[in-house]
Amino acid sequence: MTTNIIEQESHEEHHDDHKMTGIKRWLYTTNHKDIGTLYLWFAFIMFLTGGAFAMIIRAELFQPGLQLIEPDFFNQLTTVHGLIMVFGAIMPAFTGFANWMLPMMVGAPDMALPRMNNWSFWILPFAFAILLSSFFMESGAPNFGWTFYAPLSTTYSNGSTAFFVFAVHIMGISSIMGAINIVVTIMNMRAPGMTYMKMPLFVWTFFITAYLLIAVMPVLAGVVTMLLTDTYFGTNFFNAAGGGDPVMFQHIFWFFGHPEVYIMILPAFGIVSTIIPAFARKRLFGYSSMVYATASIAILSFIVWAHHMFTTGMPLFGELFFMYCTMLIAVPTGVKVFNWVATMWRGSISFETPMLFSIAFVILFTIGGFSGLMLAMTPVDFQYHDTYFVVAHFHYVLVTGSLFSIFAGTYYWLPKWTGHMYHVGLSKWHFWCSLISVNLLFFPMHFLGLAGMPRRIPDYALQFADFNQWVSIGGFAFGLSQFIFLAVIIKCIKGGEKAPAKPWDGADGLEWTVASPAPYHTFTTPPSQEDIDGKYKDDH
Amino acid sequence: MPEAINHNKTVKKLALVVIAMFGFGFALVPLYDVFCDITGLNGKTNDTAASYNASGIDESRTVTVQFITRNAKGIPWQFSPVINSIDVHPGEIKFVKFYAKNKAQYNIVGQAVPSVSPGLAANYFNKIECFCFTNQPLKAGEEIEMGLQFYVDQDLPSEINTLTLSYTLYDISENAS
Repeated sequence: MTTNIIEQESHEEHHDDHKMTGIKRWLYTTNHKDIGTLYLWFAFIMFLTGGAFAMIIRAELFQPGLQLIEPDFFNQLTTVHGLIMVFGAIMPAFTGFANWMLPMMVGAPDMALPRMNNWSFWILPFAFAILLSSFFMESGAPNFGWTFYAPLSTTYSNGSTAFFVFAVHIMGISSIMGAINIVVTIMNMRAPGMTYMKMPLFVWTFFITAYLLIAVMPVLAGVVTMLLTDTYFGTNFFNAAGGGDPVMFQHIFWFFGHPEVYIMILPAFGIVSTIIPAFARKRLFGYSSMVYATASIAILSFIVWAHHMFTTGMPLFGELFFMYCTMLIAVPTGVKVFNWVATMWRGSISFETPMLFSIAFVILFTIGGFSGLMLAMTPVDFQYHDTYFVVAHFHYVLVTGSLFSIFAGTYYWLPKWTGHMYHVGLSKWHFWCSLISVNLLFFPMHFLGLAGMPRRIPDYALQFADFNQWVSIGGFAFGLSQFIFLAVIIKCIKGGEKAPAKPWDGADGLEWTVASPAPYHTFTTPPSQEDIDGKYKDDH
Repeated sequence: MPEAINHNKTVKKLALVVIAMFGFGFALVPLYDVFCDITGLNGKTNDTAASYNASGIDESRTVTVQFITRNAKGIPWQFSPVINSIDVHPGEIKFVKFYAKNKAQYNIVGQAVPSVSPGLAANYFNKIECFCFTNQPLKAGEEIEMGLQFYVDQDLPSEINTLTLSYTLYDISENAS
């Protein structure tokens, strides 16, 4: 292993002269590590942007009545907050992880299609520039919810539909290119000797996620195209007056939308499945069951979409079918949670920051999963539909789920990325502040929803005032906590304790066989079989 | 590393999947219509005239058919059923009227879109003649009585005793001209 590191370093010097300087390095780069960094920073900037919108929303909801903003602007904020967090923060952050880590984890020198990789990142800022520019136009930004239901987004659109559609098209093209790149890299670039069932689970989850993206992003592109022609070119896909059907919009949208939900959580499973074994100092419990569970979640995600539409007046057999299929997903998900707990069971656990975030992920994601099960039950969904209970549910799975896994992964690989250890004290502050505030932020939303407070409303009845105040305070605290995260990262990039090639004694995987920071070019020669098999070879 | 030998092949396959799925998104539109026709999902009724082919009148059974109307946003018509509900025996042909008046100062072309609730009953509600099969151009201030001739099929599931036929009226002047 040591010789390997020295070898890598000599390669690094050899290649140094290819690296451009200044802005050109980032504009023209085809290096997977550079592009990964770009994705991660972009995601963080979008996270702060979407977060700022959420802060305005929570400020307005601090008290009943209308204080700060107009209802129409409130709708624009909720819409763009959702779009930015889904397409601008969570998804690019995971693509950033994929770019940085996948080639190193499969022992490849780079992604399979480096030029396309550059493209798929650099069109993203334009997509969000188009989307955000609509705030400064007379018509305002999209105000029809991130789910852009027709006819809200067609007949009753405020004129922002075209900007919205083109932005989504570009985001979709970017995601599809990124996904194709991931699949080709994993299929064709694995180091000799790395069979599919020897791939780290992280690689598996991204592999399956990429397939989901390839399958459903084109459907999203199709549905926004129909929206565009309905609004501006007189077609009648969703226009009831012309023989179309607005409910069909919901069917096509959620055919994309439900797999999209798993696109945002499966990579999180991969990250957590990497970190928990490292700090429990045990091999991941039930590796192959994890692979099959991930695959079955992905397949099931295609036949559950209508559980978002129980209240559209479906026939009873439809409601039953989608209810049972949805509940079925709890089985593979339960397998995963069980395996994470079993991995920790009797492990020698230490609580470094990545592990803290991962344990919080397991517990809080499970809470989000349970509220999801409640929503899956058709009869009770009629009560919960479009209330804050739904808001609580998907924020538990997306914030304490996906986002916490992104935090965990960032802390875990930050030494590899920057070559420095992060400031431990500050990172723990980030964890505890985030953990407490995020629960203050989202947990009372369950009660608000059960009591009947509707979502996407700028005003509410007096009896909801106390809980909303707590929620807003939690929201502001959670928002502020993220500046600690920013501080840790900047501090870590600028300096800090020098990180060894493998700062976590329990960690396993090819990325730890190269120096820290990872040299600009890694694995120009394939890794040895011994490194591929890893430290737990004898356990197999 | 065998450089780039398989990449093009894999990329082409994946690109085909992307194109196929884009097409599938659009294929869902006719598929959805077929699915709704077969299952009666969404309460969609026939949009062309049905011919009477019931094998007699089932006098032992009475079904109540209720009529409701609503105006979509932005059409200043008065639009209402002349009678609010009617009792029919399955197989029996009934004729009812709807009243419409254009209260605006300009000509408007209206289009009524029907829907039956419960959705599963839609396939058993047959319209022999309906004003909803065509659009309704009304001059400013003009009023009209529009006819609907229908029968309820004898195969209507026995647990359904009441049907609601709802018309939503849309302003389609822009598209009709």
